[in-house]
Amino acid sequence: MAKFIGTVVVDKDRCKGCNLCVVACPLKVLELSVGVNVKGYHYAEMKSPDSCIGCGSCGVVCPDAVLSVYRVKAE
Amino acid sequence: MEVNEMIKPENLVVGRTSVLKECPMHYCPGCTHGVVHKLIAEVVEEMGIQDSTIGVCPVGCSVFMYNYMDVDMAEAAHGRAPAVATAISRLNPDKYVFTYQGDGDMASIGCAEIMHACNRGENIVVIFINNAIYGMTGGQMAPTTLLGQITATTPYGREPKLHGYPLQITELIAQLPGTCYVTRQSADTPAAIRKTKAAIKKAFMNTRRGVGTSYVEVVGTCASGWKLSPENANEWMRQNMFEKYPVGDLKDI
Repeated sequence: MAKFIGTVVVDKDRCKGCNLCVVACPLKVLELSVGVNVKGYHYAEMKSPDSCIGCGSCGVVCPDAVLSVYRVKAE
Repeated sequence: MEVNEMIKPENLVVGRTSVLKECPMHYCPGCTHGVVHKLIAEVVEEMGIQDSTIGVCPVGCSVFMYNYMDVDMAEAAHGRAPAVATAISRLNPDKYVFTYQGDGDMASIGCAEIMHACNRGENIVVIFINNAIYGMTGGQMAPTTLLGQITATTPYGREPKLHGYPLQITELIAQLPGTCYVTRQSADTPAAIRKTKAAIKKAFMNTRRGVGTSYVEVVGTCASGWKLSPENANEWMRQNMFEKYPVGDLKDI
């Protein structure tokens, strides 16, 4: 059981779909969307939100600072 | 716990810093410039020096940096950012002055300016992005291009007889007595990016000490210029660039 649970909020219209956050995630939480945003990019979204531990790796590597990572202690 | 209960300011671990403006960056997807802009903005916010920071933009992909950073910025002629920063820091000795340059701007056309600014030991922070290519103009050979690397102007790979050797400008600058901190970092993994942020913060801290020029090279990628996807560009960088441009501190006084 993970000690922390987290969630990622994606500012999807700013996302350029570079895929770096998907590669950086140690738990394979993120993936690129099937649909596209206003710019025509496949934006990042949470594929398995329950696995997220809020480590923040995706937010650190994001070149456009579109990811906000929240973390709380698991009860 | 519901997701909506988690999304509160007190639970935020990584978010967008207010020192970055809302203007979307024009960089290609996965560009290292975006990461380093974000790191500089975060360091400025953490140190609380937004009102006393002055940046100097280069010519190159990062020419529009003043649109993205919410600090005072000046635009310099091609390669002349260290000269402009010299004037700004001498006239405003209590300000934190930094330059931000790419390898075409600094290692090629601005080679003289950076050498003399570092040799004089100006109290500035120099951020140098090395992606071994001229990104903005379409991926031509830069002084830092690796031997054998294929670019728009070296379609058969860089040959030493014809094009000379890759310029390790950071090693040259580390020999100059005016510099107090010379380091080379990268921005490919979360760990490397955190180390780069620590290096940038240390460089800004050195401005407060006033002991010389602080110089941070960030080995980066140019996914568009290298004609690779961002993740493959990072892999290519790890396999090829780090051999010629090893990561680590070269000088720390």
